[in-house]
Amino acid sequence: MSEHPVRIASGQGFWGDDLEAPVRQVEGGPIDYLMLDYLAEVTMSIMQKQRSRNPAAGYARDFVPLMERIFPACARRGIRVVSNAGGVNPGECARAVAEAGRRAGVSGRAKVGVVTGDDLMDRLDELLAAGHELRNMETDEPLASVRHSVRSANVYLGARPIVRALRGGALVVVTGRSTDTALTYAPMAHEFGWRRDSWDKLASGVVAGHINECGAQASGGNCLADWWTIPDLAEVGFPIVEARRDGSFVVTKHPGLGGVVSLRTVKEQILYEMGDPATYITPDVIADFTTIRLAEEGSDRVRVHGVRGRAPTPFLKVSIAYAAGFKAVGTLVYAWPDAAAKARAASRILRERLDRLGLAFDRVLVEMVGWDATHGPLAGDPPRDLPEVQLRVGVRGPDRAAIERFTREIAPLVLTGPPSVTGFAGGRPRVQEIVAYWPALIDRTVVEPHLSADFVDV
Amino acid sequence: MATIPLLELAHARSGDKGNTANVGVIAYEPRDYPLIRDRVTADRVGEHFRGLIEGPVERFELENLHALNFLLHGALDGGGTVSLMTDAQGKVFSTALLRMEIEVPDEVAERVRGRGRVPAAVTGESP
Repeated sequence: MSEHPVRIASGQGFWGDDLEAPVRQVEGGPIDYLMLDYLAEVTMSIMQKQRSRNPAAGYARDFVPLMERIFPACARRGIRVVSNAGGVNPGECARAVAEAGRRAGVSGRAKVGVVTGDDLMDRLDELLAAGHELRNMETDEPLASVRHSVRSANVYLGARPIVRALRGGALVVVTGRSTDTALTYAPMAHEFGWRRDSWDKLASGVVAGHINECGAQASGGNCLADWWTIPDLAEVGFPIVEARRDGSFVVTKHPGLGGVVSLRTVKEQILYEMGDPATYITPDVIADFTTIRLAEEGSDRVRVHGVRGRAPTPFLKVSIAYAAGFKAVGTLVYAWPDAAAKARAASRILRERLDRLGLAFDRVLVEMVGWDATHGPLAGDPPRDLPEVQLRVGVRGPDRAAIERFTREIAPLVLTGPPSVTGFAGGRPRVQEIVAYWPALIDRTVVEPHLSADFVDV
Repeated sequence: MATIPLLELAHARSGDKGNTANVGVIAYEPRDYPLIRDRVTADRVGEHFRGLIEGPVERFELENLHALNFLLHGALDGGGTVSLMTDAQGKVFSTALLRMEIEVPDEVAERVRGRGRVPAAVTGESP
């Protein structure tokens, strides 16, 4: 075990995460890789919309100025960056990153790798015609029923194309819809030369990826266990995985930064967004999370070992986004005394007006923020002396005009409804188009031949 | 026997998968895991969330982590971007589950009393 472990630092858990975190990871101590996860299910459709307006857009723009800041240190120290910031336009993202490298003064000293082949948008009709139904994994409906509303379709890719880019010498690897976990275990597979059927090692890498993929959620952020004892979250250290050739690893963080890495923080993150723990499916392996062994190895160090895996399925998962109607949410605040009674009365009046207008919605949801919006009926009856409550009414439906009209029915309640009401300074609620998520499976043999790893010189 | 909130025995984290919320429940002390496993059944959790979720509850055991994972189907009003809920991504189903009252031996209740809440010394409030 004298071999130096490979240190893979997490720098971003979603598009919108702490912008300074990746800089702290680079400056706070030794690391070999920095992984940055920018994509959630809905992010791809937002990026698709941006690209339809501007062919050079459609990726996580924050990634470019970040790279400009850290490029000199990465090039000097050989820190390799792996990110799915490419969104629906990894080629343009890589070009912008290469330009950022030139501005940062590392011309001729770095290559940017680009992984493509995940985008099925242009192939959809061909695939449907060939009998790939892309049925919704939750409802079993075939995609044909919403084909005209599809906005984006991307396959979740695994480690292999990232490994190809790393093997080709990329200092920075930009991908589209790679799985969040692959951003961490691809560097492990590359560094240790794992075989495709090293199921246990790959499965251990998947666990490392799951721990890294939500940033500080593994190192003290959003940790419920004794949260008030966690030090210095203002400058929280994101997790770092120190990986060994046998697949085992230690979760840690830079010592000078805030947060905590403990059995409790790591367990909470392992369980985050968990389905059947024995069957955690990825493109490269099925990991069994019931085989994970954890051990605390001193302060801010948790060792993970014993993970078992098995061969993956013949399918890859496709993330499809489609337009599914409209929604709007309006709010008003009611003050003591009898705040909840006033808010309830206002909600009844609003419902009656919407009925009289003959507006039909698929769904109307009334919540009382400050009382039952998060725990519903478990919150019980509101206390009589509740100091204030926010009435929050949401509507959803296929008819934009009906939703639009709803947004004009909130303000009138201020002068025509129950008293001691305020909090309307934000103006009329905004109508939002709903772009919904359609998970599907596709035969991997129709995707894999299209995957490629290309390079842009800085 | 005494009745205590699950909050005093376990911590938890929740998240979403489409229209399903997941809640991972983790024993603070490994020795309390068997008690939690016996008391916090899928049926009890289904009852606990009646009116808040539309579908069934599935439970998975992770004895290696002294934890249980629950899938609450139909919990998120369609989930993701479709949902009108404040908690469209199921982030706080964790503490909603920890409200559950369970029966434990008196000595356990005594040992864990006040666990899971900010101590008065920290908030500066009188107890």
